[in-house]
Amino acid sequence: MFKYLATHLPKVVLAPTAIVMLVCMYGFIGWTAGLSFTKSRMLPQWEFVGLTQYEKLFSNPRWMVALDNLLIFTLLFIFISLVLGLLLAIFLDRKVRGEGVIRTIYLYPMAISFVVTGTAWKWILNPGLGLEKLAHDLGFSNFEFRWLVDQDMAIYTIVIAAVWQSSGFVMAMFLAGLRGVDDNLVKAAQVDGASVIQTYWHIILPLMKPVFFGAVVVLAHIAIKSFDLVQALTGGGPGYASDLPANFMYTFAFSRAQMGLGAASAMVMLGGVLAILVPYLYSELRSKKS
Amino acid sequence: MNNLQYQLGRSFIYSILIGFALLYLAPLYVMLITSLKDVEEIRSGNLIALPESFNFSAWAKAWSSACTGSDCQGLAPYFWNSMRIVIPAVLMSTVIGACNGYVLAQWQFKGSNFLFGALLFGCFIPFQVILLPMAKLLAVLGLANTVTGLVAVHVVYGITFTTLFFRNYYIAIPSELVRAARLDGAGFFTIFWRIFLPMSTPIFVVTVIWQFTQIWNDFLFGVVYSGPGTQPITVALNNLVNTSIGGKQYNVDMAAAIIAALPTLVVYIVAGKYFVRGLTAGAVKG
Amino acid sequence: MKFKLHALAAATTLAMTPVSQAADVEVLHWWTSGGEAASVQFLKQQLEGKNVGWTDFAVAGGGGESAMTVLKSRAISGNPPTAAQIKGPSIQEWGELGFLASIDDVANAADWDNLLPSVVSDVMKYNGEYVAAPVNVHRVNWLWANPAVFQKAGATIPTTWDDFMLQAQKLKDAGFVALAHGGQAWQDATVFEAVVLGVGGADYYQKAFVEGDMAALNSDTTVEVFETFGKLRQYIDANSPGRDWNVATSMVINGEAGMQIMGDWAKGEFKVAGKNVGTDYVCVAAPGTSGSFTFNVDSFAFFTQSDDAKSAAQGVMADAILSTEFQEVFNLNKGSIPARLSMDRAEFDSCAHDSMDAFIASSQTGGLVPSFAHGMAVSEAVAGAIYDTATNFFNSSDSAEQGAKQLVAAIAAAQ
Repeated sequence: MFKYLATHLPKVVLAPTAIVMLVCMYGFIGWTAGLSFTKSRMLPQWEFVGLTQYEKLFSNPRWMVALDNLLIFTLLFIFISLVLGLLLAIFLDRKVRGEGVIRTIYLYPMAISFVVTGTAWKWILNPGLGLEKLAHDLGFSNFEFRWLVDQDMAIYTIVIAAVWQSSGFVMAMFLAGLRGVDDNLVKAAQVDGASVIQTYWHIILPLMKPVFFGAVVVLAHIAIKSFDLVQALTGGGPGYASDLPANFMYTFAFSRAQMGLGAASAMVMLGGVLAILVPYLYSELRSKKS
Repeated sequence: MNNLQYQLGRSFIYSILIGFALLYLAPLYVMLITSLKDVEEIRSGNLIALPESFNFSAWAKAWSSACTGSDCQGLAPYFWNSMRIVIPAVLMSTVIGACNGYVLAQWQFKGSNFLFGALLFGCFIPFQVILLPMAKLLAVLGLANTVTGLVAVHVVYGITFTTLFFRNYYIAIPSELVRAARLDGAGFFTIFWRIFLPMSTPIFVVTVIWQFTQIWNDFLFGVVYSGPGTQPITVALNNLVNTSIGGKQYNVDMAAAIIAALPTLVVYIVAGKYFVRGLTAGAVKG
Repeated sequence: MKFKLHALAAATTLAMTPVSQAADVEVLHWWTSGGEAASVQFLKQQLEGKNVGWTDFAVAGGGGESAMTVLKSRAISGNPPTAAQIKGPSIQEWGELGFLASIDDVANAADWDNLLPSVVSDVMKYNGEYVAAPVNVHRVNWLWANPAVFQKAGATIPTTWDDFMLQAQKLKDAGFVALAHGGQAWQDATVFEAVVLGVGGADYYQKAFVEGDMAALNSDTTVEVFETFGKLRQYIDANSPGRDWNVATSMVINGEAGMQIMGDWAKGEFKVAGKNVGTDYVCVAAPGTSGSFTFNVDSFAFFTQSDDAKSAAQGVMADAILSTEFQEVFNLNKGSIPARLSMDRAEFDSCAHDSMDAFIASSQTGGLVPSFAHGMAVSEAVAGAIYDTATNFFNSSDSAEQGAKQLVAAIAAAQ
């Protein structure tokens, strides 16, 4: 018995987590999947209606807007956060004075929730109160910045606020990565006559691959779950032009008494994550092992 | 490289870094100066203008006398509620994450990678989905609307990330280390305790900061699983700023918002140095 | 049947002796600010005077959106609060799910059937028994105007939608924002509702937006409604999306804008700003709706309790809500009129008097209709479908025909 325990100790340690995960993640996902095939309205009711909810979902114009938005938002948010985070990290890594202060400034947005900063962002982006008014007051009367109230552009203001919140964290991850690079590699490259840009591009960036992986997982996770952000900044508006799937799901499941439909939208979201993430995870984990 | 070019390059780097720093600070600046103005000045004045006189009454009100329902005790009681939730939740999820990460990185068994993948995917589940089944589960366990229940929820959904952090940190440590230790007769826990824990300070810092931020700022779980009298500060803040009648007091709203964010800000400022250091170790060197 | 006995026992104890056992009520609500919070506090004190403790469970935000999420998870974990702020058809839905407790004994003892107008009491009953207590009646179809602005622009306050367009143009030409508006879905729906009632009339409103009658929805009237609604786009300012309603009201207050279409709670903003009705601002019915009244009734519904003392406390709370003292204090604070009929109206202002008169008058002509923008007329699903169509239409440049088509499709899908 003792010997069994000793040899299987790693599994025993992991077992509680595995059980909790099975129940509280996959069990609940299964529960939601089941719910998406029912006619549940205000509370769960187990009366099955087949694929009706999915048909309703994809004939709902608001859902289609939310899906488009998720695509735009996720791609732009991840891309800009990565580029900006990497750039700031590279600059900050050039033996800068006051690094600690600047780094803290970049990082602090991560510390504050959007319940808190939403109002400030709303003001800054509002043409009548914030940036546009400021520019007008300063005499630049042609300056226009009206994305927040423009149906086609509102989603981009969400991207701005999201990048503001998360890019500092990405910066920290890259900065950490850069600090880990062996100085001799860089010196060797410079001896070979490589310029600074060439050194970064050919030597250092490839070494950052694991950081990219970590950052993408964190950012994708934030993107899919983005909810507070939309709620605080645009409330999904103008109209429902800046709605994201998480907001759609919450609204329909909880305040619209269409729980079946809400569950169906959640399943579609998870399906999307599965389709994109699993191949990526698979290749990453495999390459790590070998 | 001649001196002029070097100077130009340095100024370029500094202007970029400082320019972005100012951009990042803008929302906080707006919040801070608004909290120091009086209502009339906010209504008539410029968004970014400094207040005519510094007025801290909004801060006092937000802390101790603003209404968050039929009670008007400000944020103070909720601040301590949050502490009671956050501290055990952070500690537990971090410790569990450390053990999990240690196993997944250094004691791999058949299927352990699959388990890790499954855990990672699981953390993508939108939290809105789990509200109702979790409520039911908590009720079955007799934990509905208790602090214990809320802490448990935070721990459950926190361990994905804490496990991820520790696993990525420990995977960089050469497996020969474990092998050698085992040859010397050290067991699972001894190795963890003697070899891994002592070099884990940086990643503990990272994880604690991350978890503290996540749980302190959480609204959804806090509003749904807390009971009356144990609501966290984000719920109180939400009640406080959702004024619908009788003139919005933006200065109090902003002061309350900053108060609610203070603990996380302090954590970032104090421990920020270790944050990067902690992320460093696991990332590239191995 | 079981709970009825309990309630009966409770009611008799109530009637016989002053309640001595100190049961608590735990009340879920989203009134956390200003006058509303003060009103809740008043109710709390009244109950405490009767030995019933009050556990406050306030969750603000999104017109009760967060509060309803909390309520659902509490219900599903078998631990619902003693009372919760629920209104309109949702009361029926909770009743159907078997969560609500009858307070019929208290209601009958106090003769609620005669105290309350029947449109209100109908909403409070499930299966013929009272399960909820009403606190107020809001009139939603109000137009708030700043007469000084109208004077400067040489315009008059409009009484029909055709006239509205003329006068709004004058305001716009004079450099004012004609219609102060906050571009949030519920505000878009509030204006849309006024247009539906003003253009289509009460019969059409009732058929299409209360009964969900497809023939009425498919009629030309719907297209006309969207035509008028669409014309309003040019009379609001470009910065309206996302604006809170009270910020829009302050545009009327400080003379930036001429008018706003909003329920009677807007009055509170004028009051706080120290403005006088009649001179600084006027309240008239929204264009074309002077004989009609879109009502919005707030109420507390009672959840079945396993504990007799708690059921008794529910009775005390229901009684206190219907008391003239509470009805007066609450409605003076909130700008609405008492749900209870024939109360002393001396304390109320002229807008409230108008509202009371219109309420009685419209109830006789059939012009008294429930507000769909405020969750009184249709299920949450259908109301949501109307919200989505209205807000999307108002923020796009879709034609009236497209709007009407989308509305019909959305309502059909939600039913």
